Amino acid sequence: MVATTETINQVKTTTDKYKYGFSTEIEVDKAPKGLNEDIIRFISKKKDEPKWMLDWRLEAFKKWKRMEKPNWAKVSFPDIDFQDIYYYAAPKSKKKLNSLDEVDPELLKTYEKLGIPLNEQKMLAGVAVDAVFDSVSVATTFREKLSEVGVIFCPISEAIKNHPDLVKKYIGSVVPVTDNYYTALNSAVFTDGSFVYIPKGVKCPMELSTYFRINEKNTGQFERTLIVVEDEGYVSYLEGCTAPQRDENQLHAAVVELVAMNKSQIKYSTVQNWYPGDEQGKGGIYNFVTKRGKCLGENSKISWTQVETGSSITWKYPSCILMGDNSIGEFYSVAITNNAQQADTGTKMIHIGKNTKSTIISKGISAGKSQNTYRGQVQIQKSAKNARNFTQCDSLLIGDTCSAHTVPYINQHVSNAKVEHEATTSKISEDQLFYCMQRGLDAEQATSIIVNGFCKEVMKELPMEFAVEAQKLIGISLEGSVG
Amino acid sequence: MPILEIKNAELSIDNKKILKRLSLNVNEGETHAIMGPNGSGKSTLSYMLAGRDGYELDNGSITFDNIDLTQLSPDERSNLGLFLAFQYPVELPGVSSTNFLREIFNSRKKHLGEIELSHLDFIKHLRKVAENLSIKDEMLKRYVNFGFSGGEKKRFEILQMALLNPKISVLDETDSGLDVDALKIVSEGVNNLKNKNNAVVVITHYQRLLDYIKPDIVHIMSDGKIIKSGDADLALYVEKNGYSEILNEKN
Repeated sequence: MVATTETINQVKTTTDKYKYGFSTEIEVDKAPKGLNEDIIRFISKKKDEPKWMLDWRLEAFKKWKRMEKPNWAKVSFPDIDFQDIYYYAAPKSKKKLNSLDEVDPELLKTYEKLGIPLNEQKMLAGVAVDAVFDSVSVATTFREKLSEVGVIFCPISEAIKNHPDLVKKYIGSVVPVTDNYYTALNSAVFTDGSFVYIPKGVKCPMELSTYFRINEKNTGQFERTLIVVEDEGYVSYLEGCTAPQRDENQLHAAVVELVAMNKSQIKYSTVQNWYPGDEQGKGGIYNFVTKRGKCLGENSKISWTQVETGSSITWKYPSCILMGDNSIGEFYSVAITNNAQQADTGTKMIHIGKNTKSTIISKGISAGKSQNTYRGQVQIQKSAKNARNFTQCDSLLIGDTCSAHTVPYINQHVSNAKVEHEATTSKISEDQLFYCMQRGLDAEQATSIIVNGFCKEVMKELPMEFAVEAQKLIGISLEGSVG
Repeated sequence: MPILEIKNAELSIDNKKILKRLSLNVNEGETHAIMGPNGSGKSTLSYMLAGRDGYELDNGSITFDNIDLTQLSPDERSNLGLFLAFQYPVELPGVSSTNFLREIFNSRKKHLGEIELSHLDFIKHLRKVAENLSIKDEMLKRYVNFGFSGGEKKRFEILQMALLNPKISVLDETDSGLDVDALKIVSEGVNNLKNKNNAVVVITHYQRLLDYIKPDIVHIMSDGKIIKSGDADLALYVEKNGYSEILNEKN
């Protein structure tokens, strides 16, 4: 979506100021369009960052300028003019509404179908809520509970100031700045994101959710998340929300890094439901994300579970680097595309340590005129004796105008490793639809039940409450695709 | 009171006439049997009644409780109280049987304007109904029809029928693939559901099933129409003499 008129006007004012020495003027809330060193200095200053952080950003920017946009993904979109984007608009709190009557009825309908409680609906839609349900107070309670056990959970901008050693040690250690075009860009201009640190031996007592992150405001389009779990620690992290999210930023390029030490475990679940654009895909969000976890310690485990239903373009490959011996990487994915949506998603499992194991279960569902591609790489390096991988990619087509593609890459350098790949493509069968409808379910209920069955193996990996909403979300995403 | 009235139904598939001016009336409280050789159009009739895509009438009419069915979708027909027990029940991988049953049960309740059952109450109700059909809990934990034996599939159809409590049930060769014990269980299940306000139409090749589900009226179907109707004795006659005699007599 394009920036609101309000933003444009504000930026215009700023732009005028900029000519007269904008870089020292830190009171302004918006940076003008385009990207240069001054903008990066501005962002860094705005966040009151230490010098090392600024240097890191500037270095990333230098590298980014020399990089090329990737074009290997099976997605097509008009060329992005990176000088035509706002890289910093201050965290803007949503416009407060007085009651649900002021909310877009389409949005409310979806909330209802998702079964989101009324109070939460208000919160999501930006309606002022009473003190009992004030998200900040909830978040504060959560934070107190967490700090009792030594867990750090805060915005990464805070962590840069309060826990600089940790951030310095791990940022960019899993996803190098120059990993790809968008990671370099993100490294230069990231606005905010989450930081999680689980100390040795601590099992995080609750699911951590972006939803309850304190000071949650618009984190912007360049989110940066870092999660570090020490020996024998455990954390389950939930990202996103099943409720539809609109954003005035069309391009999103986040970076997520996970580090798992000996015998630790990280479970990272995502539900992504950003605005997919209209039926032609116009105005939808481009989601170019780099997510990677490193199983640094022995017997460590990282699981990615994702349900991707939104965005007009999704370019996303949550991956695992299995360095520690006996470490385990898992990827469970449901990607649904409808109308003109394009998704190119999958994973990379890099086996380095001995006896490392990985499992990939990918379920792609395409409807409308959409394109859905699974792209996965399994790499067994020489050191990865006795490594194991199992990959299963299933595609389900609804209608005749969509398409599904599976692109597996397997590099195996060890003779006693075992790599299995299974792939199926099926159409939602008329027999199944008729059977369900004969029992009284309408076409949409029937599709939803069949598709949810198809996704079962992935959905059962999601935390319980999330799974219930995600199931409904799948039904909603496919509305209008049958009948 | 007629529940179902089919008048001069004509239907073709790929330009081939399958149903040829077929008429049939079914009243409340009645059990009908439709018998006939392969290819006489029996399964087409059941799909036509249930409203399957591609099985629309060329001519004629069907009414259910005086409502014109021809323009209604399969789910709308189901919600009026029409049930079809499939000859080949369809597998739904990943869909737990219990969840599926709860979904269709509550959807039916909703349409009847009755209160939907909570998960626990439904499970209690389901256990009771399933027990009567010798269906074990273990089977309900599996995916719908997935890896079920022939007999399990047919019992699962009757279980759905029992949960939905339809006004008219069409059983399409429910006896095929059943051994004698399973046949008894399934028939008892159907008989237990029978009352003076509903009706059952049994489609079958063999008289065997009619030993257990006693028909009031037996129809012989051939070449897309009903060529002879009679009482239960007609089925016994067919069993003894085959269809050929009736077919010849007609010609």
